Amino acid sequence: MIAELGRHAAPVLAAWSISGVLIVGLIAQTLVAASRARRALEKVERRG
Amino acid sequence: MSIWEYANPVKFMRTSGAVLPWLVGATAICLPAGLIWGWSVPEDYKQGATVKIMFLHVPSAMMAINIWVMMLVASLIWLIRRHHVSALAARAAAPIGAVMTVVALVTGAVWGQPTWGTWWEWDPRLTSFLILLLFYLGYMALWSAIENPDSAADLTGVMCLVGSVFAFLSRYAAHFWNQGLHQGSTISVAPGDRISSVYSYPLYTCMLGFFLLFVTLLLIRTRTEIRRRRTAALLAREMRA
Amino acid sequence: MLALLIRDLRLATRAGGGFGLGLAFFLIVCTLVPFGVGPEGGTLALIAPGILWVGALLACLLSLDRIFALDWEDGSLDLLATAPLPMEGAVLVKAAAHWITTGLPLVVAAPVFGILLHLPSGAQGWLVAALLLGTPALSILGAFGAALTVGLRRGGLLMSLLVLPLYVPTLIFGAEAVRRGAAGGDGTTPLVLLAGITLATLAAIPFAAAGALRVNLR
Repeated sequence: MIAELGRHAAPVLAAWSISGVLIVGLIAQTLVAASRARRALEKVERRG
Repeated sequence: MSIWEYANPVKFMRTSGAVLPWLVGATAICLPAGLIWGWSVPEDYKQGATVKIMFLHVPSAMMAINIWVMMLVASLIWLIRRHHVSALAARAAAPIGAVMTVVALVTGAVWGQPTWGTWWEWDPRLTSFLILLLFYLGYMALWSAIENPDSAADLTGVMCLVGSVFAFLSRYAAHFWNQGLHQGSTISVAPGDRISSVYSYPLYTCMLGFFLLFVTLLLIRTRTEIRRRRTAALLAREMRA
Repeated sequence: MLALLIRDLRLATRAGGGFGLGLAFFLIVCTLVPFGVGPEGGTLALIAPGILWVGALLACLLSLDRIFALDWEDGSLDLLATAPLPMEGAVLVKAAAHWITTGLPLVVAAPVFGILLHLPSGAQGWLVAALLLGTPALSILGAFGAALTVGLRRGGLLMSLLVLPLYVPTLIFGAEAVRRGAAGGDGTTPLVLLAGITLATLAAIPFAAAGALRVNLR
């Protein structure tokens, strides 16, 4: 799976890892916010 | 089957809940497939391995613009017809668009370093993306600053309209200001294709993957916004009781 | 409409109205920049068009929140909303008052600051023309930003984030006209485009700003 990157290894790896962190972070933030909102709503609905 | 049915949040929640697992599945297949395919393409004779950055740069740049257009349409639907879910969808899309813009800018900078010999150049395309990022940030800041949800939706909608015009204007003004270093569009439908099919098929897969990722995240985020809205409404009712 | 304009001008020129503050800020920017980049006349002349334009932008930004904030606080904005004068007209008058108190002094004083920054004398005419054509757009766009954020407690910083990107086209064309003039060339093309942007914003932005104000007054 490790492709031969030659002399451009650094930029390619940097670009892929930074983008990976950003996109994974966005997905994680979305999921955390979603579950938090769902739990908050459930709590309020059970009380009401 | 029209979008007006989904102005009812309950209906929207039911349908989006049913569609979501399929979308997650499609994204989970398409995006990794495109990325792995893109990762394993042979090196370009001129650019070497840096061509692999394209599979992140082009789709994210495409989505950065398309998400703003989607926000514009959603804002218009809200402003004209008071479609509540539409306003929330525009709000939900903004952070995704901002992240896509950042990804496009970062990958572009990292790609520019070995190929153009510079991280950043005040080139029209790069500059317009920076301005687009500013518009995304302002839009998000305005949303979070206003307490009344309907006023917030109205004001951000108006801001989105004016911002779209000015983002467009800035793009042409920047062209006037400085002739670019950036190449033209990568994807062309004209015969005598400029990009070899070795690269184009994985690129199309990545674009589809990014698009599916956006739709999935958009639905999840819109559902989150609806739940938040409902929680706030229930709490307000409790306070009054 | 004229009565409103006169009232706004009188309020602005009264003590504590902030009249001249923008001009003083502009002077400070033009004084500080040579400290930052060094006193060589050649370098200063090269960057003078950009500094003068960015300085004008920031000086204009300083006084933007005054356009609606005071009227919002004491309720006269509600009176304006119920007045027979359409909201769009009120926005236009407010922006005009802002321009007369900040934009116009800048235009008049700009040649002096141009001398401070070693702007070539051939470019002085272009500078005045560009500022004269460009600053009305800054005022009306600023009025839009102020209308968006008028109800907010700490709207000032947010407003700069919203308004400054809108200034990009004006800045590009305005500075380009002066730069071409400084290089001894002809700045007519950017000047015409600049005038086009100003006219278009004058025509269209009052509607957006009035819409935003109506939402905030709801």
